[in-house]
Amino acid sequence: MTAMIRLARVAKTFPDGTRALKRLDLEIADGETLVLLGPSGCGKTTLLRIVAGLEMPDEPGRVFFGSEDMTALPIERRNVGMVFQSYALFPNMSVAENVGYGLRIRRELTPAKVDELLALVHLDGFGARRVDQLSGGQRQRVALARALAVRPRALLLDEPLTALDAKLREQLRIDIDRLLRSLAITAVYVTHDQSEAMALGDRIAVMQAGEIVQIGTPRDIYYQPRTAFVADFIGTMNRLRLNGAARESLFRPEDTRIVPQGQAQFSGTIASVFFLGDHTRLMVECGGTQLVTVETTQRRQFAVGERLHLAVEPGALLSL
Amino acid sequence: MRFYLQLAFTLLVTAFLIVPVVMSILAGVTENFFIGLKSGLTLRWIGEVWELYARTVYFSIGIALACLVVTLVLGVPAAYVLARAQNRWTRAFEELLVLPVAVPGLATALALILFYGQLRAFRASWTFILVGHVLFTLPFMVRSVLAVMAAIDLGTLEDAAASLGARFAQRFFHVVLPNARPGIIAGSLMVVTLSMGEFNITWMLHTPLTQTLPVGLADSYASMRLEIGSAYTVIFFFMIVPLLIALQWLAERTVR
Repeated sequence: MTAMIRLARVAKTFPDGTRALKRLDLEIADGETLVLLGPSGCGKTTLLRIVAGLEMPDEPGRVFFGSEDMTALPIERRNVGMVFQSYALFPNMSVAENVGYGLRIRRELTPAKVDELLALVHLDGFGARRVDQLSGGQRQRVALARALAVRPRALLLDEPLTALDAKLREQLRIDIDRLLRSLAITAVYVTHDQSEAMALGDRIAVMQAGEIVQIGTPRDIYYQPRTAFVADFIGTMNRLRLNGAARESLFRPEDTRIVPQGQAQFSGTIASVFFLGDHTRLMVECGGTQLVTVETTQRRQFAVGERLHLAVEPGALLSL
Repeated sequence: MRFYLQLAFTLLVTAFLIVPVVMSILAGVTENFFIGLKSGLTLRWIGEVWELYARTVYFSIGIALACLVVTLVLGVPAAYVLARAQNRWTRAFEELLVLPVAVPGLATALALILFYGQLRAFRASWTFILVGHVLFTLPFMVRSVLAVMAAIDLGTLEDAAASLGARFAQRFFHVVLPNARPGIIAGSLMVVTLSMGEFNITWMLHTPLTQTLPVGLADSYASMRLEIGSAYTVIFFFMIVPLLIALQWLAERTVR
């Protein structure tokens, strides 16, 4: 595993004194998709912009692509592809002109290349359209084709699905995943949406207040969260003191089973019921500081006020 | 009944506005205004005005175009900087931009004369008038372009172009200018129109050799027969108004 992108001692303080990023080191492997995940203001976009060359890291931070030191190079000389939340398509250009813009700058523009790129994102025949004639999902696919046209060393995506509605988001996420796998391109993907992060990331870096608090595969992050913040940010995490223990145990809703009274580790009363079709989500009052979320595929009807006996698989219990 | 009342009122108001214009045009083609139409119609006055003041028409068009070039060269980059660097200072500068419009033209002109009056060659040349017109019209260009630039997310568009390898000049000419075009065209129309009609500043700054059309009009009203002044108005209508309409039409076509 060779590092395609390497950040060394990178930090960022803005001129107004805001500490956007605390000093960090980060390596992204060739062909890997790294997701930067965190709430707004956590520094994930700043980190992406430093990789892109839109922001300079504080001294003595360094950005390497392979073995080349890119720190002093502006974005136009880094050969990265960028995809933005707002699409950032050029309104004065047609779809084909947008897709071909990077090639035009490099004097490598041919209609065949543009057609090939449009086909890659399933937009065959859309070349002559104006940008404002496209739906949001189509616009973002144009933006993807435009970014990929220049065969970038890395693809940098800044919340590309956030502006889309739920159904389109799902579709485009699958498209992006397929593109990233088939092109084996190194990608950095910024999002605040944990399900996007889990679906797309080879690794996820969870960020909080300008720091990477945990980095690992989606499985690592989900099953072995290192801090309470990570545990809460990825999926739903229950916390409860079991059998008079001194510390709270953490466990996932899907690991919580409804059992006969004799096998129960704890019991509670149903506070609310959400029937979601493929499963039912129950919020159960178990005497802890917060309600315990239980997900069950049982088909029976649950009623508010009903007494439930619950148990958690021993291997699924975490304590932080 | 009510309809006819409204119609009559509308016609009355329209007449109130139009009749003086018609009278003025008629005066310009009447042999003797004091005798009235029965003295006969003539194009003599028009011919005389053309002989006396044709150069003011060309001069005005020349000044307006020069003014347009200068405001484009100064105003578009200024608007770009204001749009990109949004901070306390640029916002304060934006507010200051209206000053030349708010300050009476006579005051602006007086300041120019006090400060540059000693530079004889400059004072007597057409560029002195041009400076006055640029001072007056530049804010309109900047504001018009800035409004369009502020409405599009220029920063992200430029980031996108840069990520594709475009250097600053390429970004500016491929992305910034084309997308600011509606503002540039609206600003240009405004600048040409204002420069054509500008009187206050020009009246203070002009010399007999640097008369614009409105200043020539004032001159003819003050020192010539009424018929000549009126004929001058006719020329203004038939030269300038079609020119402005043509510009407007051209602008609308380019924006689409």
